[in-house]
Amino acid sequence: MNHSKKVIYLDNAATTPMAPEVIDAMAEVMKNTYGNASSVYSVGRAAKAILEQARESVAKSLNCLASEVYFTGCGSEADNWAIKGYAMANKTKGNHIITTKIEHHAVLHPCEYLEKNGFEVTYLPVDETGLVSLEDVKNAIKENTILISVMYANNEVGTIEPIEEIAKIAKEHGICMHTDAVQAVGAEPIDFKALGVDMLSLSAHKFNGPKGVGALIIRKGLRIAPFMHGGAQERSKRAGTENLAGIVGLSKALELAVSNLADKQPKIRAMRDYLISEIEKNIPYIRFNGHREKRLSNNVNFCFRYIEGESLLLMLDINGICASSGSACTSGSLDPSHVLLALGLPHEIAHGSLRLTLSAQTTKEEIDDTVSALKEIVHRLRLMSPIYDMSLEQQ
Amino acid sequence: MYTEKVMDHFTNPRNVGELEGADGVGQVGNAKCGDIMKISLKIENDVILDAKFKTFGCGAAVATSSMATEMIIGKTLEEALAITNQAVVEALEGLPPAKIHCSVLAEEAIKAAISDYYVKTGREIPGNTCTGCCGSCGHDHGCETEEE
Repeated sequence: MNHSKKVIYLDNAATTPMAPEVIDAMAEVMKNTYGNASSVYSVGRAAKAILEQARESVAKSLNCLASEVYFTGCGSEADNWAIKGYAMANKTKGNHIITTKIEHHAVLHPCEYLEKNGFEVTYLPVDETGLVSLEDVKNAIKENTILISVMYANNEVGTIEPIEEIAKIAKEHGICMHTDAVQAVGAEPIDFKALGVDMLSLSAHKFNGPKGVGALIIRKGLRIAPFMHGGAQERSKRAGTENLAGIVGLSKALELAVSNLADKQPKIRAMRDYLISEIEKNIPYIRFNGHREKRLSNNVNFCFRYIEGESLLLMLDINGICASSGSACTSGSLDPSHVLLALGLPHEIAHGSLRLTLSAQTTKEEIDDTVSALKEIVHRLRLMSPIYDMSLEQQ
Repeated sequence: MYTEKVMDHFTNPRNVGELEGADGVGQVGNAKCGDIMKISLKIENDVILDAKFKTFGCGAAVATSSMATEMIIGKTLEEALAITNQAVVEALEGLPPAKIHCSVLAEEAIKAAISDYYVKTGREIPGNTCTGCCGSCGHDHGCETEEE
């Protein structure tokens, strides 16, 4: 494959490059602080001090208490823990959980697991833009409902859910509210207290931090079973020697993301809107996916009719463009993305989806190059497509 | 994930298009599953003089269609009918396990196009070319077809 071309990275929802300041902060810890934060002697205490500083920093970035920050191995662990840990600790109160059809698999699969173990789960539908309805949330609540889990923003189509309003409903009914904010933390201003949720999941590598570290913010006083049993780390809630360098990387990356957000977000949003309008102007037979306004500032998602997503990705890759698709071929199953199907897209259209996710570094030139490559590739694949012919014949 | 040969046939597919006045045309797969292959053939004295394809599908679907058309041009119908999906996979120097069904689709597309020729010319189809899943009789290659 020809990779001599400059890479245009438009898959920032998959992961992001690490910020140089984050790498420096982590290297510093790896070089100088080898101690185990649980040890009593000075070398251990030095590690503990750095750990607690990082926790304070995360708490400040998200407006929660330091004692509410629990570091995990990744965003998926945070989601798994929130769902299974809360369900296990509160099963005497009830066994019903409410979530949505468009959650990440890190929420859906734990829910399915709980269903096999005596719990009952309601998967709320979404409208054609990916929004959950507050009425549906209210109507789904039953006597035995103990937990509501709705993602802050969808990872595929970028739709931002009304979390504050759902959290209010949950609170009125005395139900615990979790939000998977993996795609939102660092990309949207997030205030844990103001949001009113009881638990929030995040992952460092989505905001220029390292892979292999995440966090679950757990409201003080909430009953939750440990996910990892063992030592007394993380207030005896998450055993395992702390990944100190990773945790420092997470806190540094979050600090940077939050402090740059007001500057960065309008720029990314303007670039996103430019990309959307250029695609709509230049390429026919497409479908815009997600909500026009209630949308992550960096997310663009379209379906290109009569072509298949993996072919599109391979062709883009040849042009040095990194993107992602919800087609079956990229998911390794016969079905296209569960999110696109939940939005009501027919299978044949969902197969032709493309997600482009920008960063603050994305330039207008990169967008122009992407649109011109995309236009040519879509045209080329359509000329090869028997269903494009059939659709032309029908017109 | 793909071999160089697959990428070569994907990026420079051979024999794309449709033959005007084709002697046999076969289309298999369905859009719901994410792949459709259509092969058209020019046949004289039971020899395939030319073949063209159109495919909606992933990289492997395009590459297997391209390779399949290359493999059958110049072959007798009997020889073309004997081409298995495994032969297409081998010619492409391998496919990821999840993509083997694309090669099955290519074999079925060839068989469907040749069957169409036999039907059009009112001849008996030699041997049993029906694998039960070429799509022309309502079956498919393992995809679920229930309507929503």
